Amino acid sequence: MTFRAPHLLGIEHLHPTEITTLLDLADKYAEDNRKGRAHRNVLEGMTQINMFFENSTRTQASFEIAGKRLGADVMNMAMQASSIKKGETLIDTALTLNAMRPDLLVVRHPNSGAVDLLAQKVNCAVLNAGDGRHEHPTQALLDALTIRRAKGRLHRLSIAICGDVAHSRVARSNIMLLGKMENRVRLVGPPTLLPSGVEEFGVEVFHDMREGLKDVDVVMMLRLQKERMDGGFIPSEREYFHRYGLDAEKLSHAKDDAIVMHPGPMNRGVEIDGTIADDINRSVIQEQVEMGVAVRMAAMDLLAQNLRAKRGAKAAGVMV
Amino acid sequence: MNTHFKNARLIDPETGTDILGDLFVAHGVIADSCKADEVVDCGGKCLAPGIVDIGVKVSEPGERHKESFASAGRAAVAGGITTIVTRPDTSPAIDTPETLEFVERRASNDAAVNVLPMAALTKERAGKEMTEIGFLMDAGAAAFTDCDRVVTNTKVFSRVLTYAHSLGALVIGHVQEPGLSAGGSVTSGKFATLRGLSGVSPMAERMGLDRDIALLEMTGAAYHVDQITTARALPALERAKANGLNITAGVGIHHLTLNEMDVADYRTFFKLKPPLRSEDDRLAVVEAVASGLIDIISSMHTPQDEESKRLPFEEAASGAVALETLLPAALRLVHAGHIDLPHLFRALALNPANRLGLSCGRLSIGAPADLVLFDPDVSWKLDRSKLLSKSKNTPFDEAILQGKVIATYVGGVNKTESLANA
Repeated sequence: MTFRAPHLLGIEHLHPTEITTLLDLADKYAEDNRKGRAHRNVLEGMTQINMFFENSTRTQASFEIAGKRLGADVMNMAMQASSIKKGETLIDTALTLNAMRPDLLVVRHPNSGAVDLLAQKVNCAVLNAGDGRHEHPTQALLDALTIRRAKGRLHRLSIAICGDVAHSRVARSNIMLLGKMENRVRLVGPPTLLPSGVEEFGVEVFHDMREGLKDVDVVMMLRLQKERMDGGFIPSEREYFHRYGLDAEKLSHAKDDAIVMHPGPMNRGVEIDGTIADDINRSVIQEQVEMGVAVRMAAMDLLAQNLRAKRGAKAAGVMV
Repeated sequence: MNTHFKNARLIDPETGTDILGDLFVAHGVIADSCKADEVVDCGGKCLAPGIVDIGVKVSEPGERHKESFASAGRAAVAGGITTIVTRPDTSPAIDTPETLEFVERRASNDAAVNVLPMAALTKERAGKEMTEIGFLMDAGAAAFTDCDRVVTNTKVFSRVLTYAHSLGALVIGHVQEPGLSAGGSVTSGKFATLRGLSGVSPMAERMGLDRDIALLEMTGAAYHVDQITTARALPALERAKANGLNITAGVGIHHLTLNEMDVADYRTFFKLKPPLRSEDDRLAVVEAVASGLIDIISSMHTPQDEESKRLPFEEAASGAVALETLLPAALRLVHAGHIDLPHLFRALALNPANRLGLSCGRLSIGAPADLVLFDPDVSWKLDRSKLLSKSKNTPFDEAILQGKVIATYVGGVNKTESLANA
């Protein structure tokens, strides 16, 4: 087995071969999805619970479709409306759910580290669908798959991650994944939106968009949250777009065949010009969404295999 | 009861000596000789003045399930601490003579060690109106502090310092620029970014210290900084002392022995306020203790129950228990060669006693026989479930510690023995 982890909590603890294993399987699922070939036996008889403590439409739908395509029984729990409001702690919620014996738990939470905490208390496989500013591993994996398919490789590429890195879990997971696969990562943004100590992550930091994009293979834009545009981090939306929004002129500094990515949802006219986002020759934004389903199918497939192996060994009385 | 300690390795912070010898205790004070009722053969182990611990949180009133005077007293005895100077950040805060008297009554009934309560500097620790500093001093307040809350209004703070100065009251401050550190739960930098946690800039501590030093120049008040934890704050402290201001500084034991990386995968028992710092900062602060720039080492004992710690990191409560681990953890600095035993006890006993005007903290004739007998070398593994504190939130669970208390004497009475027999 080249994918040994019991949970998918982050990129930090994954080995490059585990990443490759997962992407290879996801690639296969992506092709099968296009051909309409179903795999309903993979998670047959398994229960997947999506627990989103923070609003999400896209990621939750993607996990739900992925689970259903593999034959899992999928249940969505809107945690914002539930017992959390009644004062129940995260650990009690976890223990309650654990008693219902789910097999796969997909969790998004506004606090960094909350998904790690929850994973310590349950007997099933946990997938991190985003925790605070910490990690969003399936997003980084789907970005990696998209890059690999567009560029034919996932190493020795020059990749610029642009915008609000400070508040972005997507950026953290991507920095780690792309670094592990031996790419050159650049961070581009105003200093108020770059986290402290980031230079020590083995990345190059740029505050000028044109310099930062010079000769890169991939331009990865990040979403700028509305609440950060009010003068606290940047002076205004229009100044941000002028200096850091991706338009044709700024993109012209990248390589001619550079691809443009965005984790969505986009703020057109804030971090990205609408015509760039819609340019089918440059933008792979829709492909990212498509790969999201395939990557989540692969992740749940691998975790389910590990879970079955663990349970089988336990039943046979073997220590693993 | 008169006691003759023989064959003791006497650690005297006042004279800076560490020599084998005898010590006599008559009627609860250290004497030059006595007709002994009991002879204690120390077997060459260390006999030092008992620790005076400034800034201990006992959770009475309000949260007695976390720590009571009885449990804190037992933990202090186990840790070689003979005087605890308690914090007023209880619920309600100790901000009136009446609540202070409640604390004193509870302490004298239940605690096995000396308890000196501190009082709040402002009402409800809200930073708006000063407490009745005069009445509180008459009632026995050892010092005045709003604990981890900064009096942000400089006008209010300057008046409080001026008034406290007129009465000769000691003010203990927490140095932090609250705007810059707002929302942070770890020290900003690579580790905070890696974990996706919002950071407190180390600069916030220096800015807080700079402000308070300016106010001391204005008011002349007697002032102690509860915790200096960063290298950047040290030059300002050194200048303030050189300029003759009435300022001393302390540091918590955890900031001397742990760093930010110990938080690892969101271990909330390592969540402190101020947060654990970088290794560079830790080493700078250790050096400042060795040189005497930082005067006092405290446990900053902060009991928290499991419920307030078993939460996502940013939501979890701050603080750690440390009465029982203060001395063994501090001995790490001795074993690592940073400081010798007499200098360590200067920071643990003599300096805090002097700052509070107490006659303990030394081995001189006439001083109270508040003593700790300990083996500095024996190693043991800490099991947090065995702690005597009601709360078990220690970052040293399963850590190997070197050095253990054999007996703690308060006023010449062996409290280790009397608690064991109780």
